[in-house]
Amino acid sequence: MSDSELFLGGQDWDTVSSRTSADTLVINMGPQHPSTHGVLRMVLELDGETIVNAHSVIGYLHTGIEKTTEVRTWTQGVTLVTRMDYLSPLFNEAGYCLAVERLLGVEAPERAQAIRVLLMELNRIASHLVWIATTGMELGALSLMLYGFRERELILDIFEHITGLRMNHAFIRPGGISTDLPEGSVEKIREFLDYVPARFDEYETLLTENPTWIDRNKGIGVLPADVALGLGVTGPLLRAAGVAQDLRKTQPYCGYEQYDFDVPVATEADCLARYHVRMAEMRESVKIARQVLDTLPGGPVMVTDPKIAWPAQLKLGNDGLGNSLDYIRSIMGESMEALIHHFKLVTEGFSVPAGEVYVPVESPRGELGFHVVSSGDNKPWRVHTRDPSFINLQAMPYMVRGQLIADVIAAVASIDPVMGGVDR
Amino acid sequence: MDEKLAVFVAEARERFPLAVSEPVEEFGQTSVDVGRDGLSDVAGFLRDEVPFELLADWSCVDYFGIEPPERRFMCAAHLASVRFPERLRLRVWIPEGDERCPSLTALWPAANFMEREIFDFFGITFDGHPDLRRIFMPEDWQGHPQRKDYPLGGVNVQYKNGAFIPPPNLRVPPEATTGYPGRTA
Repeated sequence: MSDSELFLGGQDWDTVSSRTSADTLVINMGPQHPSTHGVLRMVLELDGETIVNAHSVIGYLHTGIEKTTEVRTWTQGVTLVTRMDYLSPLFNEAGYCLAVERLLGVEAPERAQAIRVLLMELNRIASHLVWIATTGMELGALSLMLYGFRERELILDIFEHITGLRMNHAFIRPGGISTDLPEGSVEKIREFLDYVPARFDEYETLLTENPTWIDRNKGIGVLPADVALGLGVTGPLLRAAGVAQDLRKTQPYCGYEQYDFDVPVATEADCLARYHVRMAEMRESVKIARQVLDTLPGGPVMVTDPKIAWPAQLKLGNDGLGNSLDYIRSIMGESMEALIHHFKLVTEGFSVPAGEVYVPVESPRGELGFHVVSSGDNKPWRVHTRDPSFINLQAMPYMVRGQLIADVIAAVASIDPVMGGVDR
Repeated sequence: MDEKLAVFVAEARERFPLAVSEPVEEFGQTSVDVGRDGLSDVAGFLRDEVPFELLADWSCVDYFGIEPPERRFMCAAHLASVRFPERLRLRVWIPEGDERCPSLTALWPAANFMEREIFDFFGITFDGHPDLRRIFMPEDWQGHPQRKDYPLGGVNVQYKNGAFIPPPNLRVPPEATTGYPGRTA
C-alpha cells in the first residue's frame, strides 16, 4: 500500500474529480445518506460498481466542546463532555472524571466506582444494541432495527430512573457520582439482566445462520491486525482481528480487576467477526453487571473532602429530586459559613493542581482517552479527547477499496462511528 | 515508573542523548521531552525496537501566557502497546512564530487525522504530512480556534466566500416596532 493510497482525506468535489481518470466515476454519499450514521459524508471513486478509492469528509457536527470546557469549571466540564459521543455518554463522563481525579489525587469511594462500572456496562449494551439495530436496518434485516431499539429503551428507562435523564446524564462527577441509586434500581436492573440474554439469543437465531446476513458480512471490510494497529484502530475492530486488547484487562480502572469476564476475540477481521465479537461483548457486560449487583459495596458515593464534593444533599421529595430540607435549613438558617461554602463551590468550583494526565477507558468503540491539562486554576487549561470513532474512521478507505458499493454500507456500519464523537 | 519502561527510556536516551530528556514522572505517568529535530528518529526507535506499536493520541496544548514564547506550544504523543501495559508520553515544544513539527504519519498512519486536527486548531504545520488540510473547520476559515489568543466572542461569524454577519453585540436590532414579531399595528 503506497502512502498516497493510505491518505485520502476530504478533498472537496472539484479537487477530487479533477484528479481522477476519465474511466472512473466520483459520487458523493452523504452527509445525509440514511446509512451513514449521522452526518458523515463519503466521496467514492468508482470503476463500475467497484470502489477504487474512498474518503470521508467530517466536521459537519463540530461543536467546539473541547474549547468550551476551557471556560467552564471542572464540574461543568462533565456536562459538556457527556455530549460528545452521545451513544456512550457515561464513558465520556467516567473518562473525564478519572482524569480530573488523577490530577486531584483523589479516588472515588468504592460504591461510586461499582456504580460507575454498572452504568458503563449497561451503556455498553445500549450502544451495541444501537449498533445491531442500525446495522441490521442497513443490511436489510429490518426487524433487528425494531428489536435493538426496543431493548435499548429498557436501558434508557433504567438510566432515567437512576440519573433523571435518558441521555447526556452528567451523573458521574469528579470525586464520585452525583447521587446514590434511588430505591428500586437494583431490582429494575436485575429484571432487565434476566430478560435480555434471551433477546440476544433471538437476534442470533435471526442472524448467525442467515445466508443473506453472512453474504453481506463475510469477507467484507477486512482489516488485519497490523494495519489496524498502524491506523490506531482499537476496540471491537481490533479484537475481531485477533488482538485481545481491552483496557479493562490491561490497565484496570474503577475496580474492573475484581470482576470475572472474558475478552471476546475473533480472527477473521471481517464484518462478520465484528458481529460475533460485539454480541459476545454484550453477554460479557451482562455478566459484569450481575457481579456488580451481587457485590455492591455500601458507603458514600462521593469523596468526603468538602473542598471537592458537590455541596448539595439531594433527596427525593414530593415534588421530585432536590436539596433536602434539612440541608436547606442548615445553610439558610443556621450556618453562614456553610452557605458561603456552598455558594463558592457551586459558582467558582474547585482548583486542580497544575499538570497533565492522559487517562484512557475502554468505550464500546475502543480506547476513549482524555488528555487533561490543568494550570492550577478552577477551569481546565485544555481537555483533549481521543475519540475512538474519529481514529477508527481512518480505516474506512482501507476496508472498502476493491469492494462493491453496497459493501461500503456494511463496512462503515461495522466501524460503528458516532459522529458526535468524531466531530466533537 | 515501571522497571521495564525505565529500561526503554534509558535505551532511548543512550541512543539519542541530545534529543531525549530525563524522564519526568507526574501523576504516575512518564513523559520525556523530545527535541523537534530528533522526533522522527526517536519515535521510530520506540516503535521498532521497544514495544510501542500504537500511537494512542497526538494532541497539542497552547501554553500562551504560562510558558515563554519559545515554548508556547506543546505537542504530546501518547505511545501505547498491546504487549505492554505502560505508556510513554513524548513532549515536543514548539516556539511561537515557527510552528512546525515533523510528521509522524510515516511511522503511524494513525497520525493522519490527528495532525490535521492539530493543524486545524493550533496552526502547527507538520513537515512530511501528505495531505495537511483543515479537518473540522471550513477550509476557508480564518485563524486557529483553539489557540488561547483566539477571541472567544465579539468577532464576525464567518460564512463561505468571505460572507459574514457581525457578532451579536454589534448587530443592528430589527426595527423596534410594536412589541412582538408579526404584529403590525
